[in-house]
Amino acid sequence: MSSIMTHAPALVIAFPLLAAFLVPVVSRLNKKILGIFVAVVLGFTLLITLLMAVRILSGNPLIYVFGGSEAGLTLPSGYTVPIRIIFHIDSMGIFMGLITAIVSFLGAIYSIAFMDKHSGLEKYYALLLLLATGMFGMEFTGDIFNFFVFLEIASIASVALIAFRSNLSGEPAEAGFKYMVVSSISALMVLFAVGLFYGQYDVLNMATIASVMKFTQLDKIALILLVTVLAMKAGSVPMHMWTPDAYSEAPASITMILVAASQASLYALFRIIFSLYNITLNTITIGWIIIILGLLSMFIGVTMAIIQKDIKRLMAYHAVSQTGYMLLGVGVGIAVLANPIALETFGIKAMEGGIFHIMNHAMYKGLLFLTAGALFYRTGTRNLNKMGGLGNNMIYTAIFFIIGAAAIAGIPPFNGFASKLIIYESVFQFNPLLSIIAMLVSILTLASFVKVFHSAFLGPKMEQYKDVKEVPKSMLFAMGALACIIVLFGLFPDLVVKYIVHPAVMALINQSSYTAVILGGM
Amino acid sequence: MNIGLLETGSGNWNAIIWLIMFIIIGISAIWIRSHGEDQYKKNTDQTKPFLSGNREISKEDSHVGASHIYWGFTEALKRYYKPMVALHTGNINDYSGWIILVMAIIFIIVGVS
Amino acid sequence: MIGNFPYLAVALLIGLGIYTLIYKRNLIKIAIGITLIENGVNLFLITLGYRKGAIAPIFTQAPEGLKMVLPTPQALTLTSIVIGVATTALILSVAMIIFKKYGTLDTDEVRRLKE
Repeated sequence: MSSIMTHAPALVIAFPLLAAFLVPVVSRLNKKILGIFVAVVLGFTLLITLLMAVRILSGNPLIYVFGGSEAGLTLPSGYTVPIRIIFHIDSMGIFMGLITAIVSFLGAIYSIAFMDKHSGLEKYYALLLLLATGMFGMEFTGDIFNFFVFLEIASIASVALIAFRSNLSGEPAEAGFKYMVVSSISALMVLFAVGLFYGQYDVLNMATIASVMKFTQLDKIALILLVTVLAMKAGSVPMHMWTPDAYSEAPASITMILVAASQASLYALFRIIFSLYNITLNTITIGWIIIILGLLSMFIGVTMAIIQKDIKRLMAYHAVSQTGYMLLGVGVGIAVLANPIALETFGIKAMEGGIFHIMNHAMYKGLLFLTAGALFYRTGTRNLNKMGGLGNNMIYTAIFFIIGAAAIAGIPPFNGFASKLIIYESVFQFNPLLSIIAMLVSILTLASFVKVFHSAFLGPKMEQYKDVKEVPKSMLFAMGALACIIVLFGLFPDLVVKYIVHPAVMALINQSSYTAVILGGM
Repeated sequence: MNIGLLETGSGNWNAIIWLIMFIIIGISAIWIRSHGEDQYKKNTDQTKPFLSGNREISKEDSHVGASHIYWGFTEALKRYYKPMVALHTGNINDYSGWIILVMAIIFIIVGVS
Repeated sequence: MIGNFPYLAVALLIGLGIYTLIYKRNLIKIAIGITLIENGVNLFLITLGYRKGAIAPIFTQAPEGLKMVLPTPQALTLTSIVIGVATTALILSVAMIIFKKYGTLDTDEVRRLKE
């Protein structure tokens, strides 16, 4: 048991990676058990992540050194600096790891029934496992060049998955091309920033860079590059235009995993600002930049969502809008980082709201995309003008949709209300105008989901949808699991905040706890 | 006793207490409503929906489609929506242009302060 | 003798790559623009390791009186070149599928997904 715990960070990467290369072999033997094989592998990864979470959230970060026994081995020349690739998982990393594990496991279960009419499924499942590997690597690594490598793995896998259904019409290929251009620009700018760090400090380990960081002009350039491109990968306005294209043309289970991948980039943004730089940078400027990006994302996201006709484009614009909430909450935390009184009063609360919203958003946005996929599976269209009256036949899908829509609009007692309440009340103490805009956006969110519910589920029955039945059981299981998590997190938000969110926030704010784990002996 | 309150920035929240109050108030509302007038004449104009005095042709005919639901909202905000929708061109050159523009703006802001 | 000349070349390459991405309308030219940016960043990484008058980093401890060029940026650049190969292959094959379905490679035509 303890040997599993020592090697757990490497196992979480190794299992999906090895399974990704075994999937074509398994599909040669028996095509039907492919989905079950992938679901078993990802379920096992979820178990290991849960075991790691139990240990890390009680206060002991995990390190894993690839190719050495400790972090600070002495080199032959007498130089002691962490030079190997080190996986450094603290509470914030395992928070994101939990989201990735849950989302990829449920995505694989949903795909068992959703993709059953497609051919070439071994390529789909291999790419899904590679995408899961890339996301886990992004969230667990403590080495900044390794982060670039996993970022590229996740981007390349997701481009191929977005363009997966391009045999009938050309739109998925167009969406894949746009996403590839956008993610190439961002990955190359991340590599440029890595080069800037290496050129000045001669180390690639994030904790070591944090301990020797002097905020020179080149560091400022690296900070600006990283903030811009990572905010773009997370989908914040005004660089958000790839989001509706990519999210609407991908298969529904992949869209759910892509949402978690965008949030992994958001995690990297926070990691760089809090753990690499911390108070050496000008926190008020960077804080207000992130707050402005958040406000623009919230407002423009939701106003563009109301006029959409395609159900998944509408939900993708809502994903942009909810990312604005996370940026707003954590931006307020950054802006008061150098001010200990304000940090104690409302800064930590604002960050708790923002980071709790990350997990809530992954759950309810995933559920909404899965219901949109269920509607597409039975009716063959994503156009809201052509759907109608499906609530008579697809009762479970309608109930799950109501739960997801109530959660995203912030209606009690679901989990969206808990995190939005924390954001409203703590951001109000920073600046009342921001909180009022956030509440307005919430009302417009509710309005657009009422529109979707009315068009798709209510209304008289249409002729061509007379024989539409309920969706298969594996899809219902995935949607039901997400709905259970939403209801549970909504009924007991205080436990979630105390045990999962608060350690993550404190791990971000205390830079010394991040560096002391690696450099402790020196 | 330890109820388990979520401490927000300026107050507390507990979902279970909210749920209990919702059920209590809901039951009392239904009980009060059940003491009301429950006589109505079937198959007269009392049971038909009110469409500003027009006759209802059929249920399919009066179903408002998805593109027309929020017509009043989008029409009132036309001066905001027309340039905003025109900005979302879908052209890949514009996507890269926005990234470089935002990078330049943030460069100027962080460089000056 | 080398001075700051490689850094000037890096700035030129990345600038030309960004110009291609914003102003050129053919999808293949956009792929070439991404390759230009990638080459610029790889050149930047290699240049970081240069030390004046140093020899190749093939010894464990350098011989007397000589310095060695830093080997880590060379490893980073190799990784980045391999990732660049995968990226270029994927983006060109997606462009091929777009040409088969749309019949054109002009970015003003390839935008059925708008607003």
